[in-house]
Amino acid sequence: MAVDVERALALELPSFEVTVERGRLRFFAQSIGETDPIYIDVDAARAVGHPDLPVPPTFMFSLSLEAPAPFGYLEELGVDLRTVLHGEQRFDYATLSFAGDTLALSERIAEVTSKRGGAMEFLTKETVITRGNEYIARATSVVVVRNSVVSA
Amino acid sequence: MNAQTLRVGTTLPPLPLAPISRTTLALFAGASGDHNPIHIDLDNARSAGFEDVFAHGMLSMAYLGRLLTGWVDQSRIQSFSVRFVAITPVHAQPTCTGVVTSLTEDSVTVDVAVTLADGTTTLEGQAVITLPAPAEQDTDS
Repeated sequence: MAVDVERALALELPSFEVTVERGRLRFFAQSIGETDPIYIDVDAARAVGHPDLPVPPTFMFSLSLEAPAPFGYLEELGVDLRTVLHGEQRFDYATLSFAGDTLALSERIAEVTSKRGGAMEFLTKETVITRGNEYIARATSVVVVRNSVVSA
Repeated sequence: MNAQTLRVGTTLPPLPLAPISRTTLALFAGASGDHNPIHIDLDNARSAGFEDVFAHGMLSMAYLGRLLTGWVDQSRIQSFSVRFVAITPVHAQPTCTGVVTSLTEDSVTVDVAVTLADGTTTLEGQAVITLPAPAEQDTDS
């Protein structure tokens, strides 16, 4: 089923706040085999001048998954999650964030395009991450919807 | 990173990884918050036309993040972008690589990639890294 482009671009994605948990960052580090102590040990992080464990480069994506219904926008557009692949991911960083920070995320669907006569659609979601009035980073995700691969 | 010896073509120390197990996928699902069942539930993957579960693209991007932060302080990363060009099957063995492709007075662009043991490239991307100011360079190595 083709995505309704006008509807996608008009979708209001809820803004939300996430407090970054130290234990969660350690779990993330463990799951990716990270051994650099500054991502695991608070004393090691402080020894290099950080206030706490830094949020690693790609964990910004995980922050956006803390939304109440992270794939809700796809469901609202009638997209079967099984047909979705992650196509591209970009991060632009202004400054680091750390365990204990409360970060605000605001999201929008920035673009919808299609290829092969609509057989593949590309949805671009942009997430701006701030801490108080301070801009921290921007995350840009492109998901690919493979239409008509699931027959059921 | 030693800013003084950087040249176009300088390679980053590669990051070889262990084969990706189902346990890794389960742990990464929990740790990353990406609970899409296609990565952890064989029945779900098959119903979508895949033979087996496959790794989260963001797991490979996180490995590339390790490649970068193992080379420079994270605060020097200005931007980091990838295209996911092929699926990473369970049990595949990725290696992360990076090569300097351009260099200005204050920043360096690194092309990064993740390649499996069979030669398949799964991720291609770029990172832009801020170089230390000249005054810092004596102590930053």
